[in-house]
Amino acid sequence: MSQKSGSLGRYFVIRLAMAVPMVLILLTLVFFMLRVAPGDPVTASAGGAKMTAEQIAAKRHAAGFDRPLINQYGEYLGNVVKGDFGTTISDHRKVTDIIVENGGATLTLALAALFVALVVGLPLGLLAGRYRDTGFDVAIRLFGIVTYAAPAFVLGALAQIVFVKKLGWLDDSSLQASPLIQASVPTKSHILIVDAAMAGDWNAVHNIFLHLILPSVTLGLIIVGVFIRMVRVNLIQTLRGDYVEAARARGIREHKVVTKHAFRNALIPVITVIGMQVALLLGGSVLTEKTFSWPGLGNQLINYLNARDYIAVQGIVTFIAVVVIVIGILIDFVNALIDPRVRY
Amino acid sequence: MTTASSTESTTEARESASPVLSARDLRVWYGSTRGPVAAVDGVTFDVRPGETLGLVGESGCGKSTLGRGVLGLLPAGAAVDGEVRFAGKNLVGMPAKELQQLRGPELGLIFQEPMTRLNPLMKVSEHFEETLKTHHPELPKDQIRSRALEALRGMGIPASRYESYPHEFSGGMRQRIMIALALVLRPAFVVADEPTTALDVLVEAQIIQILADLRRNFDTALVLITHNLGIVAEACDRVAVMYAGHIVEQGDAREVFANPQHPYTQELLRSTISLGTTGLHFIPGSPPDLAHPPVGCRFHPRCPKAMRVCAEEAPPEVLLPSGSRNTCWLPVPDMTTAEGRLPLEVEEISVADEA
Repeated sequence: MSQKSGSLGRYFVIRLAMAVPMVLILLTLVFFMLRVAPGDPVTASAGGAKMTAEQIAAKRHAAGFDRPLINQYGEYLGNVVKGDFGTTISDHRKVTDIIVENGGATLTLALAALFVALVVGLPLGLLAGRYRDTGFDVAIRLFGIVTYAAPAFVLGALAQIVFVKKLGWLDDSSLQASPLIQASVPTKSHILIVDAAMAGDWNAVHNIFLHLILPSVTLGLIIVGVFIRMVRVNLIQTLRGDYVEAARARGIREHKVVTKHAFRNALIPVITVIGMQVALLLGGSVLTEKTFSWPGLGNQLINYLNARDYIAVQGIVTFIAVVVIVIGILIDFVNALIDPRVRY
Repeated sequence: MTTASSTESTTEARESASPVLSARDLRVWYGSTRGPVAAVDGVTFDVRPGETLGLVGESGCGKSTLGRGVLGLLPAGAAVDGEVRFAGKNLVGMPAKELQQLRGPELGLIFQEPMTRLNPLMKVSEHFEETLKTHHPELPKDQIRSRALEALRGMGIPASRYESYPHEFSGGMRQRIMIALALVLRPAFVVADEPTTALDVLVEAQIIQILADLRRNFDTALVLITHNLGIVAEACDRVAVMYAGHIVEQGDAREVFANPQHPYTQELLRSTISLGTTGLHFIPGSPPDLAHPPVGCRFHPRCPKAMRVCAEEAPPEVLLPSGSRNTCWLPVPDMTTAEGRLPLEVEEISVADEA
């Protein structure tokens, strides 16, 4: 046993070490791509106002943008290592503050949406695969395609109709999340629902939870199609698998054959997809955040991109990317825990 | 190895014993886009305690379907008809639940490709625990363990490997684990579906020896599916030769090998390679499309001894003086007309006509 846990530990260390060059490449790419892109914060902040060439140059000099790129790059790397992502150009906020304040909201939404997607997607995928080519299967697949193809605002509107008008579970106030920012609980973790719970304010927790339902159902439904398809295809494959037939040949009960041999093995590739979907949710839930005025990072990212605010954008993008890498490592590690064949 | 005389006496004893399993007119169809395909088409055989029946034939002649059909392990969309008697019951048409309870303790199956037959996420121990618990829920943990280890030891797998995962074993070891897993409940009847095809020769000899020990020690009735005629000669008491879903010749293994009666058996034996082989022989053509099998004898388009009657009417099964059963027109001149016994015109002509 000790030898086995040793090799698992070794796997983890190697996997972590491999992440370092990944982060470095990523930082470099983000830095240079933003510099190569047309427009810069100085001209963007001027808006329509005309500035003389001298004024622009003076502003650039003040911000340090006229220094050689390689110097700026070195300074940037050095600061990132110290955990300093700089101060935004357009509104002079510390990038780390933006990440802390809005990251919590994004994380809350991403995890809630993932929860919805898994709770809906895994059982539906398993049912579709198990009862393949029946009307049941066709209906589930159709559901998966429609929700995947529908834009966030359409699904959001549908979710509103269902939860507010038809079921009456929520009232109209739950459509707007902005008031949440002014929630009167002390800020500790910057994850509002956790803060509220820590403060013991169960009214606030309940309130935040209600506000979370519509955006997370919307976002969850958008990605649920991926899970349905993945689980279905994998289950069909494992159900045809050699070890499944062998289990039947030993007289294992059909129910057990399906759950223990086919389901479990079908879910392994899905773990990897979960990681990829979380990555997508962190950076790509802008539409849903906009639809529900969710104060997340995606919203901020769009604003700073419009302002050509290098510092803010590279900080937020780097943060999201690092989170994605960390999730990737976690997923690999979970995979290694479940599948004994995954080792270095 | 047992001596010749003791083999003969046990053979006699076996013949007097009632069969463990008897198949009568067993048929298996698969649905296909070209219509139903009868992969097994009216097959009859008996297997007695301690007896090994070799099932030989080309790929695609229905051997594996027959083996799985007997155990009720056919894919969805397959239909079975006929009778398979086991312990006074007909396995064909038996409720799935009842058949599932027989698989393991009464009926066993050993597979061709051992590499993929163990669940990669489960330790060897978990495979045994699952199997034993399913059929003997009353068994305490330590007994499960000791029975599993005993079965593994019998196959030469040390107890220290009990907690290992399948990927930590070689192919030969995995096949021995699969055999131990199939035999841990001591089934009375076992189908071994080409158990050595995926393994190298040394391991092959080992597995065949294990199977031979099995019937000697536990009186297990074994159907050994293979296309290796050498294995049949070595390990089987009786042999059934399959072609296109039919058993064309069935009898004592030595008798069939020494005096093959059916032209297909003869051609099959001529096609084997040994040290004395000077030129390679093969049977021209390939087994027929079972969705549209040839009229008459199914082998007639490839048969070097085909007569006119062979293309018109299916041959009867005849019991030969040697005790073999043979499905061919050749040994029954009195059942055919002189004209029917004229050689069949060469196939190429009819093919040319069609073109």
